[in-house]
Amino acid sequence: MKKPIRILIAKPGLDGHDRGAKVISLAMRNAGFEVIYTGLHQTIDQIIEAAVQEDVDVVGLSILSGAHIPISKKLIAKMKKIGIDEKLVLIGGNIPKQDFETLKALGVGGIFPTGSNFDDVEKFILSNINL
Amino acid sequence: MAEISNKVILESGIPVKPLYTSDDLAEINPNDEIGLPGEFPFTRGIHSMMYRKRPFTMRQYAGFGTPEETNKRFKFLIENGQNALNVAFDLPTQMGLDSNDPLAEGEVGRVGMAIDTLADMETAFEGIPIDKISVSLTVNAVAAPIMAMYFVIAEKHGIPLEEVRGTAQNDILKEYIGRGAWIFPVEPAVRLIGDTIEFCARNAPNYYPVSVCGYHIRESGANPVQEIAYAFSIAQAYIKIGLERDLDIDDFAGRISFNFDIFGNFFEQIAKFRAARRLWARITRDKFGAKDARTMKMKMIAGGGGGGLTIQQPENNIVRGAYYALLSALSGTQTMALCSYDEAYTIPTEKAALISLRTMQILIEEMGIGDTVDPLGGSYYVETLTSEIEKRISAEIERVDQEWGGIVEAVSEGILQREVAHQAYENEQGIQNGEIPKVGANIYQIEEEEHQVALHPYKPETAESSIRRTEQLKANRDQEAVAASLKRIREVADSTENIMPSMMEAVKAHATLGEITNVLKEVFGEFKEPVRL
Repeated sequence: MKKPIRILIAKPGLDGHDRGAKVISLAMRNAGFEVIYTGLHQTIDQIIEAAVQEDVDVVGLSILSGAHIPISKKLIAKMKKIGIDEKLVLIGGNIPKQDFETLKALGVGGIFPTGSNFDDVEKFILSNINL
Repeated sequence: MAEISNKVILESGIPVKPLYTSDDLAEINPNDEIGLPGEFPFTRGIHSMMYRKRPFTMRQYAGFGTPEETNKRFKFLIENGQNALNVAFDLPTQMGLDSNDPLAEGEVGRVGMAIDTLADMETAFEGIPIDKISVSLTVNAVAAPIMAMYFVIAEKHGIPLEEVRGTAQNDILKEYIGRGAWIFPVEPAVRLIGDTIEFCARNAPNYYPVSVCGYHIRESGANPVQEIAYAFSIAQAYIKIGLERDLDIDDFAGRISFNFDIFGNFFEQIAKFRAARRLWARITRDKFGAKDARTMKMKMIAGGGGGGLTIQQPENNIVRGAYYALLSALSGTQTMALCSYDEAYTIPTEKAALISLRTMQILIEEMGIGDTVDPLGGSYYVETLTSEIEKRISAEIERVDQEWGGIVEAVSEGILQREVAHQAYENEQGIQNGEIPKVGANIYQIEEEEHQVALHPYKPETAESSIRRTEQLKANRDQEAVAASLKRIREVADSTENIMPSMMEAVKAHATLGEITNVLKEVFGEFKEPVRL
């Protein structure tokens, strides 16, 4: 049997709006993935620790405060440093289109702003993770 | 009646008939259930003359960057006719972190203004006539120190404590359900609310120490019935603390106000507000024995919520805002606010904020919305729906107590959060499969270019200037006085004494918000979120 894809959904930083994080967690669980949700107010170090411990394939960040660029920069730099940057990084939330290029250049795999379709997220993960 | 094939079921689960007639009112006693505006049970409004005597207050949420920038936006809104302020604080402030805290990096001044010390608050309110403009502080976990700062500033503006007016959001229980700006475990956090309620009842009787927020609970996924039910469960929890402090119900419960949400079905929301008023009057009188009518009057801000807005075709949100404002006025709100059309993707620009304000002004100045009180009163449909929703709210409050062991338990264990999250998921599924129509998002979509709208800029210099200002202040303050005031807070936090007097002393000594919060964290510990999916 194929090993199921494991996804960490994380809420980095101080923003407490977790509706999107919980909704996407439930949607991805129903899509057949194994989902671990961190809860609120996670530091970058806590997220990385959870990603390593849970041995996830995907790290999904939900950010609505507008701080998506500094957060992604920090996370991906640390992931590279400890050699886990093969994990797919996804970002969801309040992300304006003009920031997409910057985020992709930083190493973000996929960007799914508020209102994105569950199916699109699922398909993206399936086509980008080879187990 | 002819058969119709399309069924209509409201979000609260209530089926809607195609026609309502006088037969539907047969079971509704017009005196007991509907009555007159300004009279028990206040279904038609809490004042006899409503907007004929005084229009609803317009209170847009505002604040960003430095206290200077926020002060400028406040003045802009006041110059344009806004008569109240709703202050937005940045996330570090809401979480009790100073601007120089490593955890605050990238967040200083982003979604509200950055406050480290009393001096910052003074700058924000410089030149604002806070004796005339009522100020609402959107702060929860650190409401006690921020309220203390505000009271000290009021004194400096020549307003004694017993006359100071305004509102603090200060509803920590809802933060665990939606919005998420919690710090301390539930029990000490609720004790702080009790301290502020008691302090205001005894010293600042014109201040509203708590605004219970159904708003964020609904934004997190709750349906309209649950929005009111959970808010009322929370409000009753706060009332019980007030009573435990030996306060008379009529000396404080009338100073607990409400903040509710508007989006979704038009008449369902109107009926929700009318039902809520009636039920609150009954709860305060029959359950808590209130005798003063002022205690029984449910005062609210009913604002157009972000949950109804779309990121697609954002200009459509201006139209939604106008419907929400109309609905809010038809519901007899005391205060109104609207999310601005660009709020689905940015902090409102000045232009967007002004359109929201003008939307409300057009309603009251041009449309004659205030000409007569409760124009929908007696409507076959609205009254029937009001009664049905009231029943369902009561049943949901029962469920919180009977099935989940009360609101504090339900929130501490994450049961309520799970319930609301599952509903948010179902709602999102409904939008994605088209069952819930959303213009621009799942019907009438168009290929859109990038939004041709200005984004509110984020300035990293805000953090630098905030850090610099606090460092300068810290270098020049009386360190012994600061240390003594923090020691005092620690002692009081560890006792059952009211914390507010020690908070006022600490902010006067220029202790920072971060320093105060750290002392509280050491005494209270921090909340461990029960993550349940």
